[in-house]
Amino acid sequence: METLSYRHRAQQRMAGSKSMAIIGVVASGNLEVLAERVLPDTECQVDISTAAEGFGAVWEAVVADFVERSSPGGLKFSINDGGARPDTVALRLAQAVRLIEENDR
Amino acid sequence: MKEWARQKAARKARIEAGSRHARGKAVAVTDLQDFLEAVLQPGDRVCLEGDNQKQADILAAALADVDPAKIHDLHMVQSGVVLPEHLDIFEKGIARRLDYSYSGPQAARIARMLFGGQIELGAVHTYLELFARYFVDLTPNIALIAAVSADADGNLYTGPNTEDTPTIVEATSFKGGLVVAQVKEIVDKVPRVDIPGDQVHFVVAAGKPFYVEPLFTRDPAAITETQILTAMLAIKGLYAPYGIRRLNHGIGFNTAAIELLLPTYGEKLGLRGKVCTHWALNPHPTLIPAIEAGWVEQVHCFGSEVGMEDYIRARSDIFFTGPDGSLRSNRAFCQTAGLYSCDMFIGSTLQIDLQGHSSTVTASRIAGFGGAPNMGSDPRGRRHPSEPWLKAGAEANPDTPAHMRRGRKLVVQIGETFGDKNVPLFVERLEALTLAEKLKLDLAPIMVYGDDVTHIVTEEGIANLLLCRDRDEREQAIRGVAGYTDIGRGRDAKMVQQLRERGAIRRPEDLGIDPLDADRRLLAARSIKDLMLASGALYAPPPQFRNW
Amino acid sequence: MSALLTETEDKPQTAWDDAASWYEASARQRVRSLLDAGSFKEFIGPEQREVSPHLRVFELPEQFDDGMIVGRGRLSGEPAFIAAQEGRFMGGAFGEVHGAKLTGLLRAARYVKSIPVLILFDTGGVRLQEANAGELAIAEIMRALIEARMAGVKVVGLIGGRAGCYGGGGLIAGCCSALAVSEQGRISVSGPEVIETNRGVEEFDSKDRALVWRTMGGKHRRLLGGADAFTSDTIQSFRDIALHLIRSAPGFGMDVLKAEQARLGERLERFSSCADALDIWKAEGVPDAEAVPAMPAEDFIAVANKVREPRYDAR
Repeated sequence: METLSYRHRAQQRMAGSKSMAIIGVVASGNLEVLAERVLPDTECQVDISTAAEGFGAVWEAVVADFVERSSPGGLKFSINDGGARPDTVALRLAQAVRLIEENDR
Repeated sequence: MKEWARQKAARKARIEAGSRHARGKAVAVTDLQDFLEAVLQPGDRVCLEGDNQKQADILAAALADVDPAKIHDLHMVQSGVVLPEHLDIFEKGIARRLDYSYSGPQAARIARMLFGGQIELGAVHTYLELFARYFVDLTPNIALIAAVSADADGNLYTGPNTEDTPTIVEATSFKGGLVVAQVKEIVDKVPRVDIPGDQVHFVVAAGKPFYVEPLFTRDPAAITETQILTAMLAIKGLYAPYGIRRLNHGIGFNTAAIELLLPTYGEKLGLRGKVCTHWALNPHPTLIPAIEAGWVEQVHCFGSEVGMEDYIRARSDIFFTGPDGSLRSNRAFCQTAGLYSCDMFIGSTLQIDLQGHSSTVTASRIAGFGGAPNMGSDPRGRRHPSEPWLKAGAEANPDTPAHMRRGRKLVVQIGETFGDKNVPLFVERLEALTLAEKLKLDLAPIMVYGDDVTHIVTEEGIANLLLCRDRDEREQAIRGVAGYTDIGRGRDAKMVQQLRERGAIRRPEDLGIDPLDADRRLLAARSIKDLMLASGALYAPPPQFRNW
Repeated sequence: MSALLTETEDKPQTAWDDAASWYEASARQRVRSLLDAGSFKEFIGPEQREVSPHLRVFELPEQFDDGMIVGRGRLSGEPAFIAAQEGRFMGGAFGEVHGAKLTGLLRAARYVKSIPVLILFDTGGVRLQEANAGELAIAEIMRALIEARMAGVKVVGLIGGRAGCYGGGGLIAGCCSALAVSEQGRISVSGPEVIETNRGVEEFDSKDRALVWRTMGGKHRRLLGGADAFTSDTIQSFRDIALHLIRSAPGFGMDVLKAEQARLGERLERFSSCADALDIWKAEGVPDAEAVPAMPAEDFIAVANKVREPRYDAR
C-alpha cells in the first residue's frame, strides 16, 4: 500500500451546503472518494491510499488538473484506491464534487 | 513434347489414391489418417480452413495425426492459426512454412515458435490479401474445408458460417487442386447448395458440427462508463457531423457501446435514418436493439455469430439469407464491401504511436490482424463519391480543386487512454518494431498505418488528424487525447490549445458532452439477457454468456 | 385522490430513477432510492472511517464503510432500519466490522421493537482474510436477528445484487421473516465453484451458467418457496415488494417454526427424486417449465402466483 497527499490552493469555495459526500467502491480498477467540507475556503487536499504503487506522478497530474478545473475550495478528499485508471479517478472526483455541490435535502 | 495438363493428372492420381479409403466421395472419420497420408505429398501447399470464427477442426486433428515420416514440409496457407493442432503440425515436422492472417488464441504460442525457428514464416496477411494470393502465387494443392452438410454428390451446405469456403474452393478446385470437406452429416438433399458437388472431391461425415468461436459477442454488462463516454464522443463528434451511413465496426467494447447507444443517445440527437443505416458487419448481438428500433436497413456479414441464427432468419429484410432462410455470409465479398463501399471503419487497437501507426502485435503476442488492416485503410484507387468521403477529403486537402480532390475514407481508432491492467494505449515506439527486429522481418507488423488514420477517439476527446498539416501537429493532436499516459503528459500545452481552437482536438465540453452523463443507463441493453429479450427471444446466446 | 398525491410525493427524488437496475446500483444508490427521498440517516458513516483492522495486514485496500451501510429512514412514510452490503467491495463478504454493524442494527431493532429491518444482501459469504471474525459475526447476526424477531420485529431480506447471497449470507437470509428476490439474485450456501471443487464436475458444472441460475437463481428460489416473493430488477419494484413483505410477513414463535419445519419436510419428500430444478418445476405443475428461464419477470410472477401461493404461516 502506498499513501500520497496533495495540498493545493483553490480559487474559490466549492458551492453547496452539504458537509460530506461519498462515491464509488473499492474494487479492482475502481476507487471510493470521500469528500468532506473541513478546510478553509481557499484550500483543498487530496489524500490517497492505493494498492497500486509507483504511480505518484500520474496521481499528481490528475489531482492538479482536477483542482484547476473544479476549484474545490474547502474540500478534503480521501481516496481508497483499488488500482483505478486515471480516467476513472478523474470521473469519481468529478462525481464527488457534483454530489457535494447539490444542496442538502 | 511439353506436358500441359500435369495438374489434372496429379489430381486424378490423388483422387485414385484417396478413393481406396473412401466409398464414393465419403470418407469415414476412422479412415481419415490413412486417407490424408494417401492424398497428401511432402511439400504440398495446404489450405486448412479456419478463420477467427469457423474451424475445420476434425480435419485439423487428423492432419496433426499423420506420420511425419510420410508427410512433411507442408506449406500451410490459411486464414487462421487458431486451434492447437494448427501449431502441433509444425512442432511435429508435418508442416514447415506458414502464410496466414489471424492467430488470436494462439498469439503467444505462435510468437514462441517463430522465435524458436520452428515455423518458417512467409508473411502475415490481411484476409483479403491472402485470398488474393490464393489466385496468384499461393494456390493450394489441397483444401481441407468445413461445411454443415453434404449430399452423396458432394454438394455442400455451409449454413450461416459460409465465410471463406467459396473463395478457398474456387482457388483450389479450378486450379487442379483437391477439395476435402468435413461435414456434420451426409443427407439426401442439402438445404441449399453453397458449393456445387463437382468442386468437392471427398467428404467426411464428422457426426458433429464444426467448431465456431463466438468472437463477436460482447457482454453489455462489461461496458464501462469511460467506454460509454468514448461512444458518445464518436456519435456526436463523428457520426453526426460526417453523416456516416455506411460503415464497419470493430469487435471491441467501445464500438459495442456505440451500437447500444444508437437507440437511446443517438435517438435523442435525432440521428435515426441519418447515420448507421448500411453495414458491413458480422451479426453483432449488440446491434439487436438498434435493428429493432428501426435504425438499420441492411447488413452484409463476413461470417455469422453463435446464437444469432434464428434472429437473422426472422429478419431477412436486414440480412442476406438463402432460400433455406439462413444467413449467407461471405468473407471475401464483405471485406471488399468494407474496403470500397463503407465510409468509415472504427475499431480498437492495443498500441498507437506518435504518428498514429497502430498494432495489436506485442513482443510476446502475434495476434495477426484478420480483416482490420483492410477495413482500417483508405483504398487509394478511384472511388465513387459520398458525402462523408468528400467532406473528409476537403478537410485533408482544402486547397485542391474540388473536382480533382480525392475523398478520404474515415479510419477511426477508438479506445481508452489506459487499457487492461493500466497498460497505456499510446506509446513512443510500437512493440511491433521490436518484434520485426527480433525476427528480422522486412516489414514491421503494423495493423493500421498512421497516414490512413483520420481520427483518434479517447475519453479525453477526438483528435482529427485530417486537420493536422505537419508531423508536429499530428504528434501534438495525438498527445492531446492521450490523457495521463507518458505520451499525454509530454504534450506541448500551448500547441494543444491551438489545435483545440482549430477543432483538430475536440474535448467532451467542446461537443456539449458532460462526462458525468456517461452512465450505463444509456445502454439500450445492459446484459446479454436484455439482448435476448430485445430480440423477442430469438437470440440464443452460447452457454458461457448466459446470465439467467 | 390524496392517496395518489401521497404516493407521488413518496417517490425518491434522486437522480437515480426508479426504473434503474437494482443489480447495477451500488449499495448506497439502493439505500438512497429505496427509502423516501432524503430520509436516510446513516449510523457509523464513512466519515468515521471505521475500517477493517485486518485488511491492512494483507496489503489490501480498505473501504471507509467496510462494505456495510447501516442506518434508518422512512419507507412510504413509515420508519425503517436498513442495512446494505456493497457486493463489489471484497465480494460483499462479512468481516469483523462489516458484521458488527449489522449485529448492532438488529440489536437496536430488538430494543425498539416496532420498527422493521430491511437487509439488502449482496455477499459471497465470509471474508477469507478475517475468517474467524467473519464466522463469529455470522453467528452473532443470526442470534441478533432471531432475538429481534422474537421481540416482534419483522426482518425482510432483499436479494438481487451481483454477488448474490452465498455462504453465511445464505444462512442469515434463511432466518429472515420474509425474502424477496430478483432473477439475478442467487441464494445458496455453497457457491457453484465450491460445489464443483468438492463434488466433481459431474455433480455440478459451475461453467454451465444456465444450470447455476436454474439451481440457485431467483426464479427457482421463488418456485421452491425459499423466497416469498419474486420481483423484477428495478429499484421501484424492490420498493413495492419491500412494503408488501413488511406488511404481510409472519410473526415469530414455536408455531411458526413448527410450520416451517413441516414445510421443509414436505418439500424434501415431494421433490427428493428430482435430479434437476426443471423436474421440480414440472412436479409443481408449472406449465411449459422449459420456458421459465427466458420468461420476462412480469410473466413469471403471474406463473409463480398461479402455481403456488407463498405460505406466510411458515418461516
